[in-house]
Amino acid sequence: MWKFIVRRLIITMPQIVVLSLFVFILASLMPGDALSGQIDPNISRDAIDEMRERLGMNDPWYIQYKDWVVGAVQGDFGDSFRFKMPVTDLIWGRIINTFWLSLVSVIFIYAIGLPLGIISGRYNDRLIDQVITGYTYLGFATPLFIFALVTLWVFGFHFGWFPTGGSVAPGLEPGSMEYILSKLHHLLLPGLSIALIGVVGTVQYLRSEIIDTKQKDFILLARAKGAPESRVYNRHIFRNSVLPIAAFFGYEITMLISGSVFVERIYSYPGMGNLFIESILLRDYSVVTALVLLFGLAAIIGALLSDIILSIVDPRIRIK
Amino acid sequence: MIVLSKTLLEIKNLTTSFRIGEEYYAAVDDVSLELKENEVLAIVGESGSGKSATAFSIMGLHNRAKIEGEITFKGRDIANLPPSKINKIRGKEMSMIFQDPLTALNPLMEIGRQIGEVLLLHNSEMSKAKRREYSIELLDRVGIPRPDRVVDQFPHELSGGMRQRVVIAIAIANKPELLIADEPTTALDVTIQAQILDLIRELKDDLNSGVILITHDLGVVAEMADRVAVMYAGQIVELADVESLFVNPQHPYTKSLLSSVPATEYAQDRLHVIQGIVPSLQNLPREGCRFRSRIPWMDESVHEEDPKLHEISPGHHVRCTCYQHFYFPEESKEEQTNGVT
Repeated sequence: MWKFIVRRLIITMPQIVVLSLFVFILASLMPGDALSGQIDPNISRDAIDEMRERLGMNDPWYIQYKDWVVGAVQGDFGDSFRFKMPVTDLIWGRIINTFWLSLVSVIFIYAIGLPLGIISGRYNDRLIDQVITGYTYLGFATPLFIFALVTLWVFGFHFGWFPTGGSVAPGLEPGSMEYILSKLHHLLLPGLSIALIGVVGTVQYLRSEIIDTKQKDFILLARAKGAPESRVYNRHIFRNSVLPIAAFFGYEITMLISGSVFVERIYSYPGMGNLFIESILLRDYSVVTALVLLFGLAAIIGALLSDIILSIVDPRIRIK
Repeated sequence: MIVLSKTLLEIKNLTTSFRIGEEYYAAVDDVSLELKENEVLAIVGESGSGKSATAFSIMGLHNRAKIEGEITFKGRDIANLPPSKINKIRGKEMSMIFQDPLTALNPLMEIGRQIGEVLLLHNSEMSKAKRREYSIELLDRVGIPRPDRVVDQFPHELSGGMRQRVVIAIAIANKPELLIADEPTTALDVTIQAQILDLIRELKDDLNSGVILITHDLGVVAEMADRVAVMYAGQIVELADVESLFVNPQHPYTKSLLSSVPATEYAQDRLHVIQGIVPSLQNLPREGCRFRSRIPWMDESVHEEDPKLHEISPGHHVRCTCYQHFYFPEESKEEQTNGVT
């Protein structure tokens, strides 16, 4: 198994290089540069050209790329035009918020999805399965941004049970009990919104895998051994059905840092998704570039994790 | 050769029906059989003839099927036993070898744990180390080389023949009195088939168990069986000891089956082909001789109205009266040698 993981890690390296090149090229294609918007209009053209020369903007692309990579590796993505602060500090503040929101939604997704999928698959075509399957169709058909708006209006505005925006109530001492509870209070509604819609894929996957596995010969053999139904389900069916879900887990981890653009926007939650949209709308290029790189990295790491998880749970994947 | 021995299993009027839409259709229709200790009973027939459905009924492996009739195993009726009771018997007193060894083992479990499971299920006191030790012993018994290594391997690391040996090891782990082999060699290549059959026979003699061998391969039947039941469309159409069946087959279906096997003694241009197809479960003719549509050249009057099994000589049963008149369409009616007119 270690061989497999090492091999998989080695494949990741060129992926990251290609990603960085891609992001760099996209960034150079964007109109304007760091000086076009930041400079006092009274400064002469010559002075600007001189500054460009000094900042290396006239260097050939590979020198610029090298400078950018060296900076990026050290966590230096330049400054945000809008917030007038280093991009790294800006992202760091947001990534923690997104992490908590995503963690809450991932926990909800598994807490809801696993039982529903198991029940639905085990009792397929019975009434309980039809109810659950009906819910998943509804979930598939409902756009998250509509659903989030509705939950926001109903539970945040109409009943007023949950806050309608932000990540924490103002004026609380960071680290105090009230502060943590307020954070959690702000997380619940957006987290549940993401989970209730996001869970339907997990339920459907698990359901169809269980129905599929139920009919396999080795399940028949397990019954022929005299295994009681509970053991047949727990030891044989569930373990074999959960493989695709386990593989998907890697991507869920990716979501922990990239966040949900829609829900963060609707709940004006200060996370990564929201930052991404704001930066694009305001042409805050250095932030956008850093975020695209980060999301790309997250996707690569997610795929890597998925493969590693799959190799742990499925012996057939391991390379000898 | 057949010593008078105790009856192990007695099936009386077994009817197994499946629900399709609103109605139940019998896949096994009024089957009665008997199996003695250390006897090999072969059940032969095409796909869909009900032979596997019979075996599954005995094991209680059918999901949502209606099972009527009696299945008396070692003196008690095991038809429709609740799961908790049948689970005590399955895997211990009777066990099953499946058709496709490539899919019969759990791909995520080591071989040793799969064998260990059947040991644990029927003897919860057996320690893990003991189970492992015994699993290795069993693997060795079924002829797997380097069993101490294989015990920690996963199914995908073994060949089909080896996997079938593992399935057999699981089946014999608790020394069952009844072994049901559902087409145990169908998925294997010919060289392995003989080895697996030898192994099954050897184990049967060791354990003194009765074997129900389900197959459509008449070569396997000739090799292994003491008695043969030929099934067609859910019914037994001929039941005889293996010699009578091969030397003196009676039912048109049995004859057709035998003449569709290539002979090695003389050259044949064409093999006999049974006309038509096995009707699906819903379209089975429920009245009259069920084989009649496959021998359309025969006159309708030769069939019995309600075909019964007739004992034509001790231990040799044939269904319907059409066997008395049967001839192949290739032969003319005059050449017919067999008919009792």
